[in-house]
Amino acid sequence: MTAESTLLSAPTRTRRRRLPVLTTLAFVVRFIVAVLAVFGQWLTPQDPTAQNPLLSVSPPGEGHLLGTDQLGRDVFSLLIAATRSAVVGPICVAIGCVLIGGTLGMLGAYFGGSTDVVVNRFADLVYALPALLVAIVVIGVVDGGYWLTAAILIFLSTPYQIRVCRSVAMVQVRLPYVDAARTLGLSSGRTIFRHVLPNILPTVLATLLLDFVAALIGYSALAYLGLGVQAGQPDWGAMLAEGQTFIAVNPWLSLAPAIMLIATASSVTLVGDWLYDRLSTPAVSR
Amino acid sequence: MQVVTFVAKRLVAMVAVLLAVSLLVFSLLALSPGSILATLVGTQPTTPELIQSIEERYHLNDPFLVQYWHWLVNALHGDFGQSIQSGEAVTTMVVDRLPVTLGLAAYALLIVLIVGIPAGMAAGMRRGRPFDRGVTAVTIIGMSAPVFTVGILLIYLFGVRFEVLPVYGAGEGFAGRIEHLTLPALALATGLTAQIVRQTRAATLNVMEQDYVTFARARGLNRYRLLIPYALRNTALPMVTAAGLMLIGAISGTVIIETVFSLKGVGSLMIESVQAKDIPVVQGLAIFIAVLVVLVNLLVDLLSMVIDPRIRQSVKV
Repeated sequence: MTAESTLLSAPTRTRRRRLPVLTTLAFVVRFIVAVLAVFGQWLTPQDPTAQNPLLSVSPPGEGHLLGTDQLGRDVFSLLIAATRSAVVGPICVAIGCVLIGGTLGMLGAYFGGSTDVVVNRFADLVYALPALLVAIVVIGVVDGGYWLTAAILIFLSTPYQIRVCRSVAMVQVRLPYVDAARTLGLSSGRTIFRHVLPNILPTVLATLLLDFVAALIGYSALAYLGLGVQAGQPDWGAMLAEGQTFIAVNPWLSLAPAIMLIATASSVTLVGDWLYDRLSTPAVSR
Repeated sequence: MQVVTFVAKRLVAMVAVLLAVSLLVFSLLALSPGSILATLVGTQPTTPELIQSIEERYHLNDPFLVQYWHWLVNALHGDFGQSIQSGEAVTTMVVDRLPVTLGLAAYALLIVLIVGIPAGMAAGMRRGRPFDRGVTAVTIIGMSAPVFTVGILLIYLFGVRFEVLPVYGAGEGFAGRIEHLTLPALALATGLTAQIVRQTRAATLNVMEQDYVTFARARGLNRYRLLIPYALRNTALPMVTAAGLMLIGAISGTVIIETVFSLKGVGSLMIESVQAKDIPVVQGLAIFIAVLVVLVNLLVDLLSMVIDPRIRQSVKV
C-alpha cells in the first residue's frame, strides 16, 4: 500500500499555495475588520449616534464621506460602529458550534455503536432543515434578541461541525496511538481530549472560520428582515434594509454595508479554505 | 423487493418526522408572546363572536395535546385556519402566491444549470490555469456573499444606475413576468451557481486523474467528448446529494429574495406573516415547507439508488 501510493503520488505536482494574492488580500481585510471591531468606537470620524434632522438621507458630501441615513447619522461612522455587533455574535456562534459539534463528533467516532448512531441521526435531521428559515420563524415568533439568535444559530449549524469532526476523528481513532493510550489505562475523556483532539485541531479550526461565515450571513439576513436586532442599533443588515428604500437618494447607505458583508464573508471563507487545504488531515468518507 | 421495503421504511420515517415537525409548528402558538387568544385575535376588532369562534375552533379550553389533535386533524384536511390579518383561509393564500415562487425557482435553477455545470467542468479541465483560478476566486465570493447583498447590488446596478430592468414586483403577462423575475433569479442563482461550479470542478478534477481517463486519452479520445460519458456518470451521485442540500438551502434564499424584490410569493408571505405574528399563516407555510423538504430528501435517496446499484444492494432489509 505504502509503496504503491508513493509510486502513484510521485508524478503529481507539489501543492502550490493557492491564490496567494487573494489570500493575502483576505488576511488584510480580516485584519481591518478585526481592528474595526475592537477599536471601532475610537476610530469613527463622527459620533455615530449624533442625529441631524436637516440632513435626513443625503448623498456623500461635505463632512459625510458616505452621506447620511434617515436620522441624519453619518453612514461611514455607523458602518464602523456596526462592525463589533456584526462580528461578536458570529464569533460566539462559531465557538459554540466547535465546542458542541466537535465534542459530539469526537464522541461518536470514539465510542461508535449506538452513540455514533444517535449523534449521526441528530446531525442528519438538523442538516436537512432549511436553517435560515427555521431561524427566521423561531426568532420572529418568540421575539428573540441577539443572544437567543446566537443559541438558535449554534443549534442549526452544529451538524456540519459534527460531520467534519466525526469524519476526521474516525481516521484517528483507528491509529495505534489510541490503542496505546487505552492500554495505558487512560480514561476515555483523557484519550479523546488529550490525544485525539490535538490531531484533529487544524481541521476543527478551519471549520471554525466557515461556521463564522455561516453565522455572519445568518445574523445579517435576520437583521435585514428586522429580526434579532434592536431598532436604532447600528447594524449592517439593518442599514441595508433602510438603504434599500432610499437607494436612489443615497445608494451608499445600502451599498457600503453590502460591500462590508461580502468582503468580510469572502475573506474569512478564503482564509478558512486555505487553512483547510494546508492543515487538514485527509478525512474518510462516510 | 428490497427497493419496495426501503421506500416503505422511508415513508414511515417521513411520517414520523412530519408528525414531530407538526407538534413543533403547533407549539409556535404557545411560544408566541402573549396568550394564545390574544395572538389569534391580533389586530382584528375584539368582538365576543370572534372570541367565541376562536375558542371553538382551537379548543382553547382543552388540554394542550387535545388542542394539538384537533389542529392536526384540520391540518390533514388542508385547513390551517384563517389569517389574523385578512381573515382569508391560509390554504388559499398559499395557493395564490405559489406561481410567482415557482417561476422564480425554475428561472434560477435554469441559470444555475446552464452556467454552473459548464463553468465547473471547464475550470476543472484547466486546473491551475488563469481561467480556473479566476473561476475559483469568483465562486468563493459568490458562495460567501449573503443573498440579499447580491440582490441589493443588482438592484443598484441594473435598476438605479442603468435603469434597464425592473426591480420591484412580479410583472404582468409572460414577457413581463420573465423581465421582472430576471434580477431576483440572478440574485438567487449566484450562490447556488458558485456551489455547483465548485462541486463540478472538484468532480471533474477527480475524474481527470483516474487511470481510465488517461487510458482513454491514450487511445486518442477527445478530452471534451470523453468528459460527458466518463466524468458525468461517475460524478452523478455526489451531485444528486449536493443538489438535494442545495434545493433545501434555496428555500431560505427564495424567502429572502422575494422580500428584497417585493415579489408576492410564498416566501415573502412567510416573512410578512412572521413580522405580523400571523401564526396560522406561519404554521401553514411551515408545514408546507416541511413536506417539501421531506419530499426532496426522499427523492434524493431514490435517485441515488437509481444511479448507483451498490446502494441498492447495501440497503439493509
